[in-house]
Amino acid sequence: MLTLQLVPYSEIEALSSVGRIRKLLNLAKDNKIVLLQGRLRKEEEAELIKATMEEINDDFKGIELSVIYSEAKNEDFFKKVRTGFMNVLLGDRQGLTIIGPANVIKKIKKDPDKIQLFTSESKDKIAKKVGVKKSRK
Amino acid sequence: MIDYLKKFMNKVIRNLFKRKSHIKLGLYGPPNGGKTTLANRVCKDWLGEEMGVTSPIAHETREIQIKEQVNIKSGNKELSFNLVDTPGISTRIDYEDFVKAGLPALQAKKRAREATKGVIDAIKWLDEMDVVVVVLDATKDPYTQVNITIIGNLQARDIPVLIVANKIDLKRSTIKKIQNAFPQYEVIGISAKLGSNVDKFYEALFAVAG
Repeated sequence: MLTLQLVPYSEIEALSSVGRIRKLLNLAKDNKIVLLQGRLRKEEEAELIKATMEEINDDFKGIELSVIYSEAKNEDFFKKVRTGFMNVLLGDRQGLTIIGPANVIKKIKKDPDKIQLFTSESKDKIAKKVGVKKSRK
Repeated sequence: MIDYLKKFMNKVIRNLFKRKSHIKLGLYGPPNGGKTTLANRVCKDWLGEEMGVTSPIAHETREIQIKEQVNIKSGNKELSFNLVDTPGISTRIDYEDFVKAGLPALQAKKRAREATKGVIDAIKWLDEMDVVVVVLDATKDPYTQVNITIIGNLQARDIPVLIVANKIDLKRSTIKKIQNAFPQYEVIGISAKLGSNVDKFYEALFAVAG
């Protein structure tokens, strides 16, 4: 059985970077596929990879991670400044971050417009495919 | 605000020391992109000796390797750096993959343990770098989160980046896809193994690090 856990940004916004990483990693270690509203900071993504490596053992093989982020290409300057300012104040709530345990998610394939999760509940089984399409602005 | 101040100070300090001593030039990327093959190419071209061991099995480089005082020249330009070859960064390491690749179970488990430590070290060393060459396999999908996270972290630290699309000698390779994925960076297509287009790589290196 596949469990998708939705994590609204409000659940992580008050946490420290370490707290955010621990929360997300614990969910993934619990064999849940996390759908996080928004995204982590770049430095937090790197810290998440480091924390994941520290926890790898015979049962936990790591994570698969992907971020869908719709960058509006034709946004004017003032809109861009406003978005940047809002992100600094409120955190980056745009986009969707997907984090899943490597033993459940075989691969995440992403092109700019869609994302595909290839899952396998146990090794050597035929991969299932779950598609998530990004909505355009 | 503190983050911005920290970044600014890091940049100032980096620029100060860059002029005084050898810059640290890091090779980063996912496993099996050809970082060590490129390091060997550079060292063979300019020092006459190889730097590390390569293997078709992923995570062959599991420790940071440093070759000090590499001097490269082009016309009257000269660039001196310490070359830092880093373990491939990945989000998953499964010892069973190494078993499938032909390693005995015990050796595979040891390799997996060392590889996890290598990834941690590679990320820790990001802060030490003055310039980074991101080595990507041009036959593979560039839109992976590992690639995006590596490049995003370099950008956040204000570290100059050159992207190398390696393995252009292979039929399935495409430089265009990497250029489309990272349009803000210069992408140089090379074959580190055969030495194709390496001169262009050195020219680009002068432009980024010189």
